[in-house]
Amino acid sequence: MNKTIQLANGNGGKENNQLIQEVFFKAFANDILAKSEDGAVLEDGIVFSTDSFTVSPLFFAGGDIGKLSICGTCNDLAMMGAKPKYLSVGFIIEEGLDVAILETITESMKKELEINGAVIVSGDTKVVPKGSVDKLFINTSGIGKIECEGISCQNINEGDIILVSRDIARHGACIFAAREGIELSSDIKSDCASLYPLIKALIDGGIKPKALRDATRGGVAAVLNEWANSSDICIEVEENAIPISDEVKGICEILGFDPMILANEGTFVLAVSPNDAQKALELLRKFEICTNAAIIGKATNAMKKKVILNSNYGTKKPLDMPSGEILPRIC
Amino acid sequence: MANLQLKDLYDGFRNSDVIKALALSIENLASKLTKEIKIMEVCGGHTHAIMKYGLNQLLPKNIKFIHGPGCPVCVMPKNRIDHAIALANMKDTIIVTLGDMIKVLGSTGTLQDARAKGADVRFVYSPMDAAKIASENPDKTVIYIAIGFETTTPMTSALVDTVIKQNIKNLFFHINHVLVPPAMRALLDDETNNIDAFIGPSHVSVISGSKIYDEFADVYKKPVVVSGFEPVDVMQSVLMLVKQINEGRSEVEIQYSRCVNHDGNLNAQKLNDKYLEVRESFEFRGLGEIPSGGLKLKDEFAFLDAEVIYKDILPHNKCEDHKLCLCGEILKGKALPNECKLFGKACTPTTPIGSCMVSSEGACAAYYKYGISNE
Repeated sequence: MNKTIQLANGNGGKENNQLIQEVFFKAFANDILAKSEDGAVLEDGIVFSTDSFTVSPLFFAGGDIGKLSICGTCNDLAMMGAKPKYLSVGFIIEEGLDVAILETITESMKKELEINGAVIVSGDTKVVPKGSVDKLFINTSGIGKIECEGISCQNINEGDIILVSRDIARHGACIFAAREGIELSSDIKSDCASLYPLIKALIDGGIKPKALRDATRGGVAAVLNEWANSSDICIEVEENAIPISDEVKGICEILGFDPMILANEGTFVLAVSPNDAQKALELLRKFEICTNAAIIGKATNAMKKKVILNSNYGTKKPLDMPSGEILPRIC
Repeated sequence: MANLQLKDLYDGFRNSDVIKALALSIENLASKLTKEIKIMEVCGGHTHAIMKYGLNQLLPKNIKFIHGPGCPVCVMPKNRIDHAIALANMKDTIIVTLGDMIKVLGSTGTLQDARAKGADVRFVYSPMDAAKIASENPDKTVIYIAIGFETTTPMTSALVDTVIKQNIKNLFFHINHVLVPPAMRALLDDETNNIDAFIGPSHVSVISGSKIYDEFADVYKKPVVVSGFEPVDVMQSVLMLVKQINEGRSEVEIQYSRCVNHDGNLNAQKLNDKYLEVRESFEFRGLGEIPSGGLKLKDEFAFLDAEVIYKDILPHNKCEDHKLCLCGEILKGKALPNECKLFGKACTPTTPIGSCMVSSEGACAAYYKYGISNE
């Protein structure tokens, strides 16, 4: 891999995986880590996960770094079929940050913890000299209790149905539109949300998810590629079935982005057996944030370990694992 | 026009029924062709659209797309990237450029690498943001690395205009603008070329008009259609070209009539002419020196020209491409990306060796992304 770390090494795609494989897995290899799931399954149905948050700007339409830091870790636990219970939090604060800002952020963390029914039981604070971090970085780790066993990215079989919980790419599009140097004016809000209540509704409704993953960095494309790879299967997606809001489409049109690779913070991909698909869709659509949940494709044996997009005019094209830094095209 | 939405502008041009109908019409007309034809889409944006929408899968066997040199990032010689990196490494300097440019490999690295090592390299969506960056950083030198074909040139001219009118003292220009017609001329002057017809990029002609292609129809006798970038646009353009060939015509036709006319945007052309002039020649990576291939600031604006001001620190190296790299042949339409031995093996979008793998608009990157392999 590259000799110095580049932004692309944190993209949730190929270069990110390369860094993890060649540096971190090499040093820390063990059976639990090697499973590469959203959260690590420990003994007695306990799941453990960690995530760090460095978003800029700290406040964005639809959320802030505080809400994100709780949603991120709790969602990782929920994606393992676990109820989020206990969290730790680490704040790395740049000298000069207004306390009022910190209070607004902790207030939104509190609100989000309540939605998940989780509590923060351990914490750490570091203040660093100006310029050492960009205003505020947060790390959260969390422990959850499994309520539904056997969810794994290795579980998908031929015929299984793939759903997304809502329209995709909102968080990525929202952050890009707000980013310095782009400055598009837009009403778009991030999808940032806690997903545990949705997963609980699915499980309580008798759905047995085979694979579940929130489509954060790397977007839906990264999730589908990881699944196709881990389950040794082909995932065929009907391009027109993918729900994308007009605002996101517009931002992607203007900047030349593919919504399939943009980040989400409250959107998940679900694989279920064909018998569960319609019921899962109905259960999801009862939630305000999931009214446009959709079945987008299915697992087949067409091209193993590949994701294929089918157009409605008879062409097929592979959807690759995202790579590189996401940059607007020149013209 | 109440509540016009962006999608209203493109939805119709992605309509599956229209695409299928056009594919059928092309197939009917193509059955009358007397030989296999090769259509060169000059612009990388078209290459990308063809691959993204899988349009090559919809064409009959006797019509082939070949991919031209019109990706500004792909044709940027390594030496120009080395210039940008040398400028980026100067003290108290901010480099501003457009997206993809920061990924392009020079002889030793990319602007991305320079940024990772501490250089201040920023990409903007609108070049006018460079003026804002300059005013926000009065104690820094800001250098705009201008890149692109005719399409993006007026944005640079408008920025020059702003710098002069607002008397901005800390913003300078490194101009890498290139021109489409000289590159096409160079391809056609090569007697071994295999091009039967051209799809011309609409955004270039929004600025320069369709007139820039007249010589290719009149002198070189090649049909040209100025095309939009949506799948319906490209399919309709192919249909128009097949018609011309069947009828033995070679004309410049405008498919993208919603924004292009013969003369183009005269105000933009006037602004370009005020500040920029044609270089004697400019090196296109893979194609070599192209006479009149690029633009530079006029001598009277040399006080804004980073190439003049910093000439002592700019490297003059010549950089050769990898021996096995086929980018030159690909940019001439003589080879396809998957015919290259390096493609998808040593050369991938994360480890590009040749220029066509660097930009998402490059033919090799498009082939790689949309899964065409060399096996």
